[in-house]
Amino acid sequence: MPTETKDESAEPASKVELPDSVAGSGEIPSFDITLRVRRYLPEFYDEAYWDDFQVTMYGTDRVLDALHKVKWEMDGSVSFRRSCAHGVCGSDAMRINGHNRLACKVLLKDLNTSKPITVEPIKGLPVEKDLIVDMEPFFQSYREIMPFLMNESAPPSKERLQSAEERERFDDTTKCILCAACTSSCPVFWTDGQYFGPAAIVNAHRFIFDSRDDAGDMRLEVLNDKEGVWRCRTTFNCTDACPRGIQVTKAISEVKQAILSRKV
Amino acid sequence: MQVHKYDVVIVGAGGAGMRAAIESGQRARTAVLTKLYPTRSHTGAAQGGMCAALANVEEDNWEWHTFDTIKGGDYLVDQDAAEVMAKEAIDAVLDLEKMGLPFNRTPEGRIDQRRFGGHTRDHGKAPVRRSCYAADRTGHMILQTLYQNCVKHNVEFYNEFYVLDLLMVDEEVDGELNRRVAGVVAYDLASGELHVFQAKSVVFATGGSGKVFKTTSNAHTLTGDGMGIAYRRGIPLEDMEFFQFHPTGLAGLGILLSEAARGEGGILRNADGERFMERYAPTIKDLAPRDIVARSMANEVREGRGAGPNKDYVLLDLTHLEPEHIDAKLPDITEFARTYLGVEPYNEPVPVFPTAHYNMGGIPTNISAEVLQTNESTIPGLYAAGEVACVSVHGSNRLGTNSLLDINVFGKRAGIAAAEYSQTAEFVDLPEDPESYTATLLDAVRGSEGTERVGAIRKELQETMDTNVQVFRTADTLKKAVGDIDALKERYMRITVQDKGKRYNLDLLEAVELGILLDLARVTTAAALHRKESRGGHYREDFPDRDDENFMEHSMAYLDPAATEADVPGIRLATKPVEFTRYKPMERKY
Repeated sequence: MPTETKDESAEPASKVELPDSVAGSGEIPSFDITLRVRRYLPEFYDEAYWDDFQVTMYGTDRVLDALHKVKWEMDGSVSFRRSCAHGVCGSDAMRINGHNRLACKVLLKDLNTSKPITVEPIKGLPVEKDLIVDMEPFFQSYREIMPFLMNESAPPSKERLQSAEERERFDDTTKCILCAACTSSCPVFWTDGQYFGPAAIVNAHRFIFDSRDDAGDMRLEVLNDKEGVWRCRTTFNCTDACPRGIQVTKAISEVKQAILSRKV
Repeated sequence: MQVHKYDVVIVGAGGAGMRAAIESGQRARTAVLTKLYPTRSHTGAAQGGMCAALANVEEDNWEWHTFDTIKGGDYLVDQDAAEVMAKEAIDAVLDLEKMGLPFNRTPEGRIDQRRFGGHTRDHGKAPVRRSCYAADRTGHMILQTLYQNCVKHNVEFYNEFYVLDLLMVDEEVDGELNRRVAGVVAYDLASGELHVFQAKSVVFATGGSGKVFKTTSNAHTLTGDGMGIAYRRGIPLEDMEFFQFHPTGLAGLGILLSEAARGEGGILRNADGERFMERYAPTIKDLAPRDIVARSMANEVREGRGAGPNKDYVLLDLTHLEPEHIDAKLPDITEFARTYLGVEPYNEPVPVFPTAHYNMGGIPTNISAEVLQTNESTIPGLYAAGEVACVSVHGSNRLGTNSLLDINVFGKRAGIAAAEYSQTAEFVDLPEDPESYTATLLDAVRGSEGTERVGAIRKELQETMDTNVQVFRTADTLKKAVGDIDALKERYMRITVQDKGKRYNLDLLEAVELGILLDLARVTTAAALHRKESRGGHYREDFPDRDDENFMEHSMAYLDPAATEADVPGIRLATKPVEFTRYKPMERKY
């Protein structure tokens, strides 16, 4: 970790020459796309079906912008969750062209817009309506790994000390936003809904490797279960799916290692 | 319709709601009703930090923090409340650390601290390192940590329950008529059913209303629901003219880039490459409070020094910082620049422009988080905390990091107060047909046979607010906005909701939210029209100076159909005195 000295050393210049490129190009490109949405409206139709929408989109528009355009201008019944719209709240995980992504983080221009862009609900969780799934089984697994700091020693009057290195040890897994993109990309989870799934293991990792936590063994015991880490087949789907760039498969391996080395 | 009974009902599960729930849940039977899954709340989008005078890296004390908060709010801050917040900030941070929050650390293993706009040592002498942080995702860590602790304490959540009404009854106590809380009515998004929650105490923690503006850092779901519900039930809204525009939103998108970028050494430049903040705030430059920086940026653009093809933004320059430093301290926001604008902050400056960020106003409360129904009286059993509330610790301009602090300090206070009240109070009988108001509201929206689209009306509302009620305001622009809003309200009577189902009818949800946005936009504009001075986030070009003689007071906007003669008919504007303790108003210079 860099130290704090840096920002004292170089007072930035009052004026600099800016390259012309900073001015950017003058035109915002537009393009036409077909958004192919997996619909499921159980109040009206028994079966799910595909619905195509043609929309004109611009520049850096994202899949979420296209979904909004459809909902706001064409068909108000198209249903999906979303909130922050910039990849930090985890509401809008969905399958986009077969890959689990957050709709607010996929730029349309990065997809092949000459073919329909398919949008489906994430797999392995019961579909409620269109792109909305029941998240309860996902949060149930999360709760089972005891996702909170446990430390029985008397708390100090100020903060518990933790070195920068100790803090860094679990930094990656603190980034999880519980969007379920990883868990619902896992082939093991698709066939066995009892499997804890990557997200629960990531959140266990976040505490197991936190120097302030005393309950690592309890969590390792939970994950040593037949529905625990040993179900992982290291297919790396989860790592590919994570919108926060968490090394999910690596975290799962570290938990496996911890079970072996501490308990055998 | 189902009826539930709890001692305490908390509405909203962002930082304030969950902080309240952790306290209340351990003292009284508590339910949390939330429109979103708790971890989706916009607290998670906060980045830079949470200030507290821990003095871990340099000399600091809470009295300096109090002063900075008051000065930052341009002296419209209630000084008793600011003192409470700055004093309790220290325990609020330590509480979070003990709950497990992974703060960045100093070499000694203590919580690290960094600089933030408007936070200074010894009453403005120089910037001070006061902000406790976890990279540039402090809000994410707070939201996760609070949710984790709610799981630990088995807090009972009703997820995707949209509260649409606050039930109150008038009771005669010792010959005087008192309003008391009876409960709330919620719409279950999954089933489309109404649920009535009878409760001794209700805590509103529903967040802000940033979606009245087009360019905003706020989530789509931040539609001011709690403020709207309270206002429609006769509770005043305080200081609604004060909306904070955060200087550094990604240009064209509004996505927040934390002030921490400047705290870590980033600077703003215009198209000429000039560090223009040297002209506007010679002492603390780029780390001046947000209102000043946002106005300075808007002024650079207005005077033709904006960058980009349309000369409509300025540049946030991080190129003089080491890439490793950027990666360690600002990983998320630099990724936003790469993902959404295709800009590499290591070697290119990032296009930025002010974005609607925070509502300083809201439901008036005292320092115990009790909701006021007039300047003198509270509504027993009703509490509010966080952005929905106006304590007022932010006055006319909130300092960066003080919102994460506000939700923790006043969320905790609200949770304790609500639980303690419920231990002595009796349930109030529910009114007859408690759901009738909500059912009528939903039927009207659902049954509307018009042709107007919710999305179109909302877009026009947001556009007129951006054009007329943003960083620069005049009587003319504000009157234009009122006219536009009234025309949109009229069109709103003729909307159509295409989704005819009950299950997850988010089309209906958005229509209801729009009704609230229209009400709140009107209140904000009316209060802005009334305040003929410039102070903090409210800048009137036709009245460019602060006017303490006439306007050193909070505004209180009441829904009042009898106020037909008011500048904005139907809204009665009153005032409330500012609480002073030890700081006399001075000119605000940085």
